[in-house]
Amino acid sequence: MTELHINGELRTVDVPPDMPLLWVLRDVLRMTGTKFGCGIAQCGACTVHVDGKAIRSCLLPVGSIGDKAITTIESVGVTPAGTRVQKAWLELEVIQCGYCQPGQIMSAAALLNAIPHPDDADIDAAMAGNICRCGTYVRIRDAIKRAAAEA
Amino acid sequence: MADDALPRPTPASPSRRGVLAAAAGGALLVGFHVPLPGRSTAAEAGTAFNAFIRIDRSGVVTLIMPQVEMGQGVYTSIAMILAEELDADFGRVALEHAPPDEAHYKNPVLGVQATGNSNSIRAWWKPLRQTAAGTRVVLVQAAARGWGVPVGECRTEAAQVIHDASGRRAGYGELAGRAASLPQPTDPPLKQPADFRLIGKPLKRLDTPDKSDGKAVYGIDALPPGVKFATLMASPVKGGKVARVDDSKAMTLPGVRQVVVLDDLVAVVGDHMWAAKRGLDELAITWDDGPNANVDSAQVWRQIRQASTREGATAKQVGDAASALSQGEVISAEFEMPFLAHTPMEPMNCTAHVTPGGCELWLGTQVIARVQSSVAQTLGLPPEKVVVHNHLIGGGFGRRLEPDMAIKAARIAQKVDGPVKVVWTREEDVRQDVYRPVYRDLLWAKLSGDKIVGWKHRITGSSVVARWLPPAYTKDVDFDAVDSAVDVPYDIPHLRVEYVRDEPPGVTTGFWRGVGPNNNVFAIESFIDELAKKAGKDPVAFRRANLDKTPRLLAALDLVADKAGWGSPLPARTGRGVAVQVSFASFIATVVEAEVDEAGEILLKRINTAVDTGIAVNPDTIMAQLQGGLIFGLTAALYGEITLDKGRVQQSNFHDYRMLRIDQTPPIAVHLIKSGEAPGGIGETGVTASIPALRNAIYAATGVALRRMPVDRSLLARGGRA
Amino acid sequence: MTPARWTALTVVAVIVVAVGIAAWLLLPSPAMSFAGGKPVPLASYAGASPTGVPAELRAADPITRGRYLAKAADCEACHTVEGGAPYAGGRPFKTPFGTMYSPNITPDRATGLGTWSDADFLRAVHKGIAKDGERLYPSFPYEAYTLMSDDDVLAIKAYLFSLPPTHAVAPPDALAFPFNHRPLMAVWSLIYNPDHRFQPRADRSPEWNRGAYLAEALAHCGDCHTARNLAQALDNRRKFGGAVTAGWRAYNITADRSSGVGSWTDDEIAEYLHAGHAAGHGSAGGPMAEAVDLSLSNLTPGDTRALVAYLRSVPAIHTPDLPAPKAEAASEMPKQMAAGAANPRGRQVFEGACASCHGWSGVSPLTDLATLTGNRAVNDPTAINVAQIVISGARRETPNGAVVMPAFGRTYSDDEIAAVANYVTARFGSTPSSITAKQVAKFRQAQ
Repeated sequence: MTELHINGELRTVDVPPDMPLLWVLRDVLRMTGTKFGCGIAQCGACTVHVDGKAIRSCLLPVGSIGDKAITTIESVGVTPAGTRVQKAWLELEVIQCGYCQPGQIMSAAALLNAIPHPDDADIDAAMAGNICRCGTYVRIRDAIKRAAAEA
Repeated sequence: MADDALPRPTPASPSRRGVLAAAAGGALLVGFHVPLPGRSTAAEAGTAFNAFIRIDRSGVVTLIMPQVEMGQGVYTSIAMILAEELDADFGRVALEHAPPDEAHYKNPVLGVQATGNSNSIRAWWKPLRQTAAGTRVVLVQAAARGWGVPVGECRTEAAQVIHDASGRRAGYGELAGRAASLPQPTDPPLKQPADFRLIGKPLKRLDTPDKSDGKAVYGIDALPPGVKFATLMASPVKGGKVARVDDSKAMTLPGVRQVVVLDDLVAVVGDHMWAAKRGLDELAITWDDGPNANVDSAQVWRQIRQASTREGATAKQVGDAASALSQGEVISAEFEMPFLAHTPMEPMNCTAHVTPGGCELWLGTQVIARVQSSVAQTLGLPPEKVVVHNHLIGGGFGRRLEPDMAIKAARIAQKVDGPVKVVWTREEDVRQDVYRPVYRDLLWAKLSGDKIVGWKHRITGSSVVARWLPPAYTKDVDFDAVDSAVDVPYDIPHLRVEYVRDEPPGVTTGFWRGVGPNNNVFAIESFIDELAKKAGKDPVAFRRANLDKTPRLLAALDLVADKAGWGSPLPARTGRGVAVQVSFASFIATVVEAEVDEAGEILLKRINTAVDTGIAVNPDTIMAQLQGGLIFGLTAALYGEITLDKGRVQQSNFHDYRMLRIDQTPPIAVHLIKSGEAPGGIGETGVTASIPALRNAIYAATGVALRRMPVDRSLLARGGRA
Repeated sequence: MTPARWTALTVVAVIVVAVGIAAWLLLPSPAMSFAGGKPVPLASYAGASPTGVPAELRAADPITRGRYLAKAADCEACHTVEGGAPYAGGRPFKTPFGTMYSPNITPDRATGLGTWSDADFLRAVHKGIAKDGERLYPSFPYEAYTLMSDDDVLAIKAYLFSLPPTHAVAPPDALAFPFNHRPLMAVWSLIYNPDHRFQPRADRSPEWNRGAYLAEALAHCGDCHTARNLAQALDNRRKFGGAVTAGWRAYNITADRSSGVGSWTDDEIAEYLHAGHAAGHGSAGGPMAEAVDLSLSNLTPGDTRALVAYLRSVPAIHTPDLPAPKAEAASEMPKQMAAGAANPRGRQVFEGACASCHGWSGVSPLTDLATLTGNRAVNDPTAINVAQIVISGARRETPNGAVVMPAFGRTYSDDEIAAVANYVTARFGSTPSSITAKQVAKFRQAQ
């Protein structure tokens, strides 16, 4: 049995310790907001926060998380940075198909947690690991700046 | 993401009669209801007026979406069109995915229930306006009768009928029951554009709030009760078969339940995807590769190059191109385009539950009716026994115009007790795609001063249409493969466009966002730059000199040249490239500015694009589609190429099938030209635009005339092979 | 003396010196000469026999014992082509003289060893002469395997003959003249193949002698980790001091504290040999990862300890261009970086393709196997292994399945790979590299 602190709740799962968090979230806990994109940490669709930092859950073994706090797209909106990011995302109508956007939003919220007023290089460093096939990058950049401005 | 990747057959006039006849088909939407999460939960079943509009007693208007939402914003745009003519309250509309039902929801232009070809708005613009206007008419009639006043004294606003003289108002909800029994007129008056309240405004999208907090449900998120999880590997060589499978190790893994071995694929079923994936990794599968075992890219290219030496079937003939090109200096060039995969961010998947005598499917698809019929055929069931739940689509780009993921899931589900969610790994998604065909284009032209006086364009490549929509393949010409070539926008007195069909070995080809025009506009616009150089003219000036017959495109060219600062000085090895196109009835001119550094690497500096797409239903969506389409095209131009060796696709995931990332993406400015013309298509167009514009920027920066995509950076290094 | 005589004398002197240098350079240097002491015949060694399988396997059946020894000798790595059946051969070996392909050593009668007698097999392994009398090239390390006891060689044969026969013919070798003449190898063998069985050192412990047998007769560590002379024989005067083979750098594994493994604890070395990874020292990649997965990870703990004990006794050699690895992690903040800041391309590749797994600090947030901090390769200013691993990726087998780094070589250009290698060494290592696209192109070809 593995205990996980997810979105402020203690969840207990009976899974192999090497099972990546992504599949625990999606298939065991049925929290499908976190997405599968590549399985090799090249696309960022599976991004969650572990102790506030953006992590690719597709390669994160659940057994290695311990009592660190996991936050997913379903509850990032309760954090100040998450709220601002989601708001800016809708104001600037960033989203197209939306499949990568939970990951984009998680990466952006983690960025604002670490650097409240990021410049373009900060945005590149934090967001380049997140692929968007619809090509929403221009608006993502603008929305991060908008979210930062509202801090 | 686009309203993508489907060609346009001979334009049939989208008739309202078809839509109303469909509506008259009777009991609507029986037993089928997939609410958009969080959106339509407020709506009760309500009263159906036709196949597209239902109104409940509280006045919530439910709009049924005949086209699918892949990110192109079509749910919002279509809702705007319906709500506009209905005078619905846009804040109180609910949306519903349409069920598989060719009779009611076939695309009026395509003739099948499919979303693609950048034609959702073009095809449905008039029929949906007429449908909604007809519904509004009967709502007004019902109110007027109730009040005993002339219909002409009533007006509508925000889902209410209003009689100003008496100050009476009635909500659509209370009128719906009576109104629905009245005959809806076949030819109701439509609003004048000046009276539009919604159309033309950058309204907020209806689908995006749920996409920002994890609530949106895509096909891959379907979780019917008791679902198991599976992943699969199909024969890595097209046409190959499973020879034998050793599952002894896989079956020992925790969570692995079952190994399903079919003729041409193997799947592992487990308690979760991780078990399935690990199980698949631990299978020892021996394949019988079959007849394509030795296909490689060299063979593919040898074959198409050979085919392109043949004269093709005539796709377009104006004047006498043969004579025009028989004397004097003829300029010629060859261009080639690679195989491409779609790689939508949501990998292929389908959840299936096969029961005795029936099948239930959950997925996101661009072709719900085709999914239904092809699964029915696979399982030997009547179509109505196959229930398909459509979902939001995590990227289509043409990939989800195919039913293969549903057929494979259904075949696996036949062997599984209970529902099974079959999710493809990304590697499987890349290697089992239907690929954008390789193309080879030969162009010949003759100049007189700065005018093009003779032109011949031979397009060689696979016909996707012949496989996908066989009746539309006629006279040996694939209308999609020659799209934007037969209607080349330049004034050319003597022109011939021909098509050579050549089916590559070892792969299945498919529609890919931008479709036929991607290839043709790349070849034409690259060639035009070479002609301009020959004529000693600036690329913009040369185009201008040959665009008299296409004033809307000329206007776009002038605008983009101005916005891009065309002609102003640039640093060394930095260039601007222009490309113009008429595709999907949109007129687009694009300038890419790029630097090619000493190592041959491309640094994208900025992009300007000017577009006249007629009436812009939702201008913000159009901007977004162009921004995204341009990036989609640049990704392909810089990195996209699927290659084959020993019959196998060599790429597998994003590390070797590479995507443009945010840190490479330049600022993109989209300049919308106001227009009162009927709406054009937009989802495909940005893709088409950026590839030749980038190529021409590289040409301007380095003088290297690239003739094939993707960009071969080794040709561009200073002192490189070029 | 007349000037003419002076000249003649000078010429003679030069010739003598040149011959002397050449002789010294070409002189065979026995693998264990560093150890001193007196070699004794195996039979007269007083301690437990250093040969054979470890005690826990002594009672096992011959095939199990043969399997252990075949793994310890790492036959599989060289005799398996990517995607091919194990031991069925066909793997290409690029050398300065051309490309060779390993033969099929499954018991297939037509294409493998199926018709070989025990004597045939012993002769091949000990003397480098195939069944048909052809000389084998020393890319097959018979000058190491010659130390193996007859029993051990035949145990390996028994194991190989228990495998399913696979029909597979390796491509013909493509070697330049005169190296395409196999008889020449007789001369090479005469000089460089000691052609005798392992001789323990009486003054050393049984553990050391077992480690020596494992390292020299079976694992043939020196084949990668020891530099070669002009005749491509191991130069054991520079034993384990590191060398570049097939485009990868096998590092200095002597006791030198900064450039070798002198500062590692015994447990760290043992962990690295067993798991391909040790905390604070990063992970094995390339051929070493393969050696761990296919060979060293199969050793019993006792054998691993013996190997460590032997390795510890090898004299320190300092490799001047290898600095002591930087032990501290880099900053979590992407922008904070002392060196290499003026490498936007390297940073761009890193932030898109690498940072998600390796972290900005170099301490992987996902798996210890991906931690770069302390890794020798990122502390190598030639950046050769960093570039190679970016090009061809890595795959490590763990008890819980494979851990994979993707191969980026197909779509990232030489310039991008050079840039990211330079960025990685600058950010995480102690000395930044400055490799060029041209070097990366050469690295690609060397593989």
